[in-house]
Amino acid sequence: MTTLDNSRAHELGGHGHHEGSYLTPKGGFWATVWDWATTVDHKKIGVMYLCAVLFMFFLGGMAALAVRTELLNPVRTEQVKALGADGKELMENGKPVMKTVITGQWLGDMAAWWKGQELTSIDQGNNWYNRAFTLHGAIMVFMVIIPSIPASLGNFFIPLMLGAKDVAFPRLNLLSWYIYVTGSIFAVCSILIGGVDTGWTFYTPYSTTTDADHANVVLMVLGAFILGFSSILTGLNFVVTVHKLRAPGMGWFDMPLFIWAMYSTSIIQVLATPVIGITLLLLCFERIFRIGIFDPALGGDPVLYQHFFWFYSHPVVYVMILPAFGVISEIIPVHSHKKIFGYRAVAFASLGVALVSFLVWGHHMFASSGELGATVFSALTFLVAIPTAVKVFNWIATLYKGSIALTTPMLYALMFLFLFSIGGLTGLPLGALATDLHLHDSYFVVAHFHYVMMGGTIITFVAGLHHWWPKMFGKMYNQFWANVGAWIVFIGFNVTFFTQFFLGSQGMPRRYASYVDEYHTLHVISTFGSYLLFIGFMVHLLVFIHSLVAGRKAPANPWGGLTLEWEAASPPSEHNFDHEPIVTHGPYDYETTVPPHWNAKDYPLPALPANHH
Amino acid sequence: MTTLDTRSNPIGADVQSGEPGWKRYVPGHHWRTADEEFDACTLGFWLFLATEVLLFAGLFCGYTIMRYKHPEAFVNGSSYLDWRWGALNTVVLLISSYTMAAAIRAFQLDRQKAGRLLLAITFICGLGFLVIKFTFEYTPKLSGWFIAIDPALHHYASLVDGEALGGLFKHVAGYGGKAPGQFFSYAFSSDPWEPLWWSIYYCATGIHALHVIIGMTLIAWCYRRAVLYNAYGPSHYTMVENTGLYWHLVDLIWIFLFPLLYLIH
Ligand code: HEM
Ligand SMILES: [Cu+2]
Repeated sequence: MTTLDNSRAHELGGHGHHEGSYLTPKGGFWATVWDWATTVDHKKIGVMYLCAVLFMFFLGGMAALAVRTELLNPVRTEQVKALGADGKELMENGKPVMKTVITGQWLGDMAAWWKGQELTSIDQGNNWYNRAFTLHGAIMVFMVIIPSIPASLGNFFIPLMLGAKDVAFPRLNLLSWYIYVTGSIFAVCSILIGGVDTGWTFYTPYSTTTDADHANVVLMVLGAFILGFSSILTGLNFVVTVHKLRAPGMGWFDMPLFIWAMYSTSIIQVLATPVIGITLLLLCFERIFRIGIFDPALGGDPVLYQHFFWFYSHPVVYVMILPAFGVISEIIPVHSHKKIFGYRAVAFASLGVALVSFLVWGHHMFASSGELGATVFSALTFLVAIPTAVKVFNWIATLYKGSIALTTPMLYALMFLFLFSIGGLTGLPLGALATDLHLHDSYFVVAHFHYVMMGGTIITFVAGLHHWWPKMFGKMYNQFWANVGAWIVFIGFNVTFFTQFFLGSQGMPRRYASYVDEYHTLHVISTFGSYLLFIGFMVHLLVFIHSLVAGRKAPANPWGGLTLEWEAASPPSEHNFDHEPIVTHGPYDYETTVPPHWNAKDYPLPALPANHH
Repeated sequence: MTTLDTRSNPIGADVQSGEPGWKRYVPGHHWRTADEEFDACTLGFWLFLATEVLLFAGLFCGYTIMRYKHPEAFVNGSSYLDWRWGALNTVVLLISSYTMAAAIRAFQLDRQKAGRLLLAITFICGLGFLVIKFTFEYTPKLSGWFIAIDPALHHYASLVDGEALGGLFKHVAGYGGKAPGQFFSYAFSSDPWEPLWWSIYYCATGIHALHVIIGMTLIAWCYRRAVLYNAYGPSHYTMVENTGLYWHLVDLIWIFLFPLLYLIH
């Protein structure tokens, strides 16, 4: 142990005045509510984002379950024998009289029952299906995945990991939370007044011609526009924070990889979101004034909308995944007590992904663009796979010969590696022109992006939540039940979505409420998988509630991390640190550093090479 | 963000102390020095300006594609615009950009009166821009109502068919209706795609006008703080500085819009 740098542990232990935790209530109930509603503390704002995002995740999840349930029993028109008033078959000229009935409209019937009406046509019922999946997509993309890791975990941990007291612009930070809530309210209102059936991409001409939903589309699109502002402001805040608020001694290459990932993410948010901003604004004008930019009948070009949309939305898939990469880059070294393999490669891969992401939007439009363009975009698309693969190999190399602790965060990180690899690899046949023309707009695409977005981002969000939960709330949770939840989620996820690769390659188109019998079995399996997923998340919810109510008090550094947030108390004090931290070791120098607040009771120090010399 | 995060000094007892606001300024608790805070605000503001540029870039991109698809409609539509109004507005904005820069300089040198005066002039220029835009350009094109002093009126003397507000406004038959999209009702257009041109025209200039209004609000706020407690001085002028940056951007965008909209042949 002699070679280990133990000095920090002494330096930090004990002395110095201690402020109360940031969670300590300020006065009575209403005073506390007011304190939270007007807080500029990045930790409270992070927690508020967490609550808002989890609530939207629940809403979006309910819509998903509705979609899957509808698909248990597809919409059909059937010829049945008509019955007379006496309950007997009606006959005419010796033959039974036939009538057409629509079956399988579970969702439509539910909606009609709710509104106290009867379904009068097959379209009406199908519209409810369209609304449910639009609701699901729009909520999950704009209100859950995009803000999930950055706005909640990022807000909480960027300043802590940098050794700062707050983000660069605390008031702006609060403002962006309110903007987020406002945007979400717009979206939810559009649902309450009947919903939108355009799909989350709001493609023209669907979004400019579905006349029944006039105000709803405008509301929903405005909601997305407003959410964009929130995203820009958060990104801008983080970029400046990383530039200007690093603790003394922390150079760019001493930053934790989570910070690198968040930095790259923020740059994309700042540079891509304005383009969707103007696009959505034009779309609103299009609806209100029929200005015609996207409408061929008025001289416009609907494909222009697709270009604008994907110029933003492809980079945005990296806004979704890069923070996840960052979280994984923290969890893997901490829970295997080993220095990350290839720090610089991982850091630069984040920037590389950010850069390339601006050049590949056309791969969502192979079917609607010319041959030359499609070929160029296809070639560029494959470039994205390179930095991504670099990261995956680095993580695996980090695990190699590490002392892996199968904690819940680590379990999830391993699941991420598995799921994300499937997601990434299935991107390749989609990026290749010949195969994509077959797979485009099929369930294969649905499966692909759920493997990357849910298997990648959401799984990692949950992993990060388990990793930092003790720090955020000062309570441990029951690892056994958390692991059980993780396994249920993992199995449920694969049952739901792996089947969809088969459905897609066999030709099942996406966004249809009905299908031929051949697909029935796979759809049923997929739906049961989604119920399993729901159960898994409920287990996590209970574990978290139990932790808050009855959890054991968390130590300051339960897993033995070396980044600065583990030097703060659990939960951190109002101003994060008692003294401004000074960085004396790298974020992953496990060979040479004893983790701050190390306590043999929490975890043993691994047998490091340094210990043997 | 400057306005949001550079803490506003409370106007209260210590104003009577006579100490100017910029000397009393203390940076936010999470900054080590006021300089670091200033640097951060400036960096943040430049990033914000980048987002504004990108927002307009989308608009310019739409413009380019539509013009490429319908060149005649654009030439035709543009011919209804009078380049002299556009040029006058360009000059107005250029002057205001100069006075804005001079205002910042004045505050940096603690010349409070000059600073305030220059801010006021900048604000008035902004107002002038809007007045020209709305009374001489938007209103006649949309409705056919001209303000009586509009020099363009004498071309249409024979077509005047109505007056309002005691002759302050005159209506020219058949002139109005150059509105965007579905509201387009101008009877004499010679290209079927002209509504599209007007849509782009109003989107671009309307969003720009909104930025002018936001810029003027910021200037007014700076002015108020300068008058109430000398908020800006040699060691603290973050907010005027960034307001200035914003105002220059507004100017710059107009400098692009002017030739693209007014000078098409
Ligand atoms: C390994 C790199 C990846 C490649 C090569 C790739 C390729 C593609 C391609 C070509 C498509 C279009 C398929 C079609 O519509 O026919 C697509 C769709 C999609 N991808 Fe990926 N992808 C990759 C990673 C990701 C990641 C990391 C995410 C998000 C976290 C993502 C999210 C999506 C989404 C949301 C769609 C569907 C959009 C829609 O039409 O609704 N992809 N991907
Ligand atoms: Cu893409």
